[in-house]
Amino acid sequence: MTGEALAILTLRNLQKYFPVEKGLFSRSTGWVKAVDGVDLSVHRGETLGLVGESGCGKSTLGKLITRLEGATGGEIEFEGRDTLSLKGSALRELRREIQTIFQDPYSSLNPRMTAYDIIEEPLLVHGTASKTERRNRVFELLETVGIRREYGGRYPHEFSGGQRQRIGIARALALNPKLVVCDEPVSALDVSIQAQILNLLEKLQKEFGLTYIFISHDLSVVEHISDRIAIMYLGQIVELAESSAFYAQAYHPYSEALLSASPIPDPTAARQRIILKGDPPSPIDVPAGCRFHMRCPHAAEICRADPTPPLEEITPGRWVRCWRAGEIRGIPESGANRTEPTGLHQNDLP
Amino acid sequence: MQAPPVDRFCGVRISPLTRRRLHNFRANRRGVWSLWIFLALFAGSLFAEVVANDKPLLIYFDGGFYAPIAKAYPETTFGGTFETETDYRDPFVADLIDAQGWMIWPPIPYNHRTVTWDLPVPAPAPPDAEHWLGTDDQARDVTARLIYGFRISIIFGLVLTIFSSIIGVAAGAVQGYFGGWTDLLFQRFMEIWSGLPTLYLLIIMASVVAPNFWWLLGLMLLFSWMGLVGVVRAEFLRARNFDYVRAARALGVSNGVIMFRHVLPNAMVATLTFLPFVLSGSITTLTALDFIGFGLPPGSASLGELLAQGKANLQAPWLGLTGFFTLAIMLSLLVFIGEAVRDAFDPRKLFAGVAPPPETTAETATAPATGGGA
Repeated sequence: MTGEALAILTLRNLQKYFPVEKGLFSRSTGWVKAVDGVDLSVHRGETLGLVGESGCGKSTLGKLITRLEGATGGEIEFEGRDTLSLKGSALRELRREIQTIFQDPYSSLNPRMTAYDIIEEPLLVHGTASKTERRNRVFELLETVGIRREYGGRYPHEFSGGQRQRIGIARALALNPKLVVCDEPVSALDVSIQAQILNLLEKLQKEFGLTYIFISHDLSVVEHISDRIAIMYLGQIVELAESSAFYAQAYHPYSEALLSASPIPDPTAARQRIILKGDPPSPIDVPAGCRFHMRCPHAAEICRADPTPPLEEITPGRWVRCWRAGEIRGIPESGANRTEPTGLHQNDLP
Repeated sequence: MQAPPVDRFCGVRISPLTRRRLHNFRANRRGVWSLWIFLALFAGSLFAEVVANDKPLLIYFDGGFYAPIAKAYPETTFGGTFETETDYRDPFVADLIDAQGWMIWPPIPYNHRTVTWDLPVPAPAPPDAEHWLGTDDQARDVTARLIYGFRISIIFGLVLTIFSSIIGVAAGAVQGYFGGWTDLLFQRFMEIWSGLPTLYLLIIMASVVAPNFWWLLGLMLLFSWMGLVGVVRAEFLRARNFDYVRAARALGVSNGVIMFRHVLPNAMVATLTFLPFVLSGSITTLTALDFIGFGLPPGSASLGELLAQGKANLQAPWLGLTGFFTLAIMLSLLVFIGEAVRDAFDPRKLFAGVAPPPETTAETATAPATGGGA
């Protein structure tokens, strides 16, 4: 199995709850469980596609990993360090190694700074010595992401969306990070530009040996770039699989529905659309049992009652959070995990 | 290597955004001429000592030159009796100097405290060739007092505005950026603080110590800084969740630098728009305090005191009218300037009719990158 030896980043039972406050004295009346017990490891050099619908917690997960938000519970281990407890200079050191590419290239660049200043900022913060050195590095980065160095003096509004995203990428790369969390980096762009940016990201990954966590709501975008796919639903990972295997057949009913909804660029292709009933339940009021049971076409008695099904390795490298996945897909069940619903061993992370 | 094109205004590098703001400011004609008139009046009043003074600008006496404005000479210098500083308006001294030389007087040979002892009519005297706007009830020249009063009002207003904006912006920034408990406690503190009655405090303080310029300024500053906090706090609350602020945090930029470099420029728009109005507010406050007699020390030139005299001497309308017109014109000019500043920063005007930037193919320059990889 895919052990932790390969892992650059490991999440253990990670939780992020936001309080729901009501009334005069801000009484906390409940919690939005944005991320609710995520176990995941990300391998060095891979691209992990993190997919889910709006509000499933995928962006929050990204913010937890980059330490833009603190977690409510659980652990994040990055190269042997527990990142959630880092402070001061150790945290700054971590910031150097984990970087983010943001979704909206219009809001992620300060409109009052030139492209040059934007890319120079991380170098200034982390004390890259001389002015000439920084200058060379900025020009090098600009050219790496495909922007002519003469454009360094321009302001963000003088660039197109794709070019701005390139500047955002150059800024993220400035400190030679090891892990880059791409938070929907192409969903604000035109389809033709999306491909350019995805190609650029792949090229950079090869060149600098980067590890990506690629957050998206669009399976067809992720397919192109990911080695593995993780599907999130209501703050939990419901399926994790190798990309090729996943696109051949999704095992979790939710992933299956998601996959059937993603368009195929072939008008003659026949694919049965699976239409889900209803909306995802509110993350404030999470249903008992499997979180997907109200909308699941395969829901049975076991799905409606607590506990929530565990994330089990059904076939090698494929983890599914569903009691009936084996049954539905016709795989003889191992049975070992069935008796132990909470049962993920520390060394047994997906 | 080709340097990026740089736009400059008065030698300072400016962004295209600033260029458009300047353009919008200039488009408001009334604001522009108001600014020039105001600047001219203010610059003129800065030279009040040269325009209205009870000392000559230059004296030629017995083969030597003297500049009484810059240096104090005892009366004995000019052959008088006293060791004290010369009173050049004294007819006896004037005769002594005129006998052996000459004097050049400023256009208005009085300063704000010069009492004209030889008025032909009882004070307040109506306007005539000697006293252009008449004298007040202590026989002091109104024109001279107006010039000095205008200057002190503007300077007081400017200093108060600058200091209260600095404190207000800093306080608002801290509250908005950190939010949470910092914000909550600070807001409650401000609610209590703003509940303190400024006027009573001033009256009580005035009975203990005689207020002077700086004293009054400090006391007003205690309360005036709160004016801008709301706006700045709101801007910071909004901006702390901007993606580029998040990006800066993810890069490890310190809070101070983020606040200063990334967020403050946003807040400055709101602040700058407010400043002319804060300035006119400060001037009005000082005038009001002077009017009721709790302002600058007695004898100081001040518009409020002039208005109070106008009220006390309704038979001498030149006092009240002068004060009224000066204040009205000054405040109107400031409001006109404020409107132009507001126009300059108005986002609706700022981005109206701006063409979107041309798309350029970005893939062109990737080739050299492989050579210089990191």
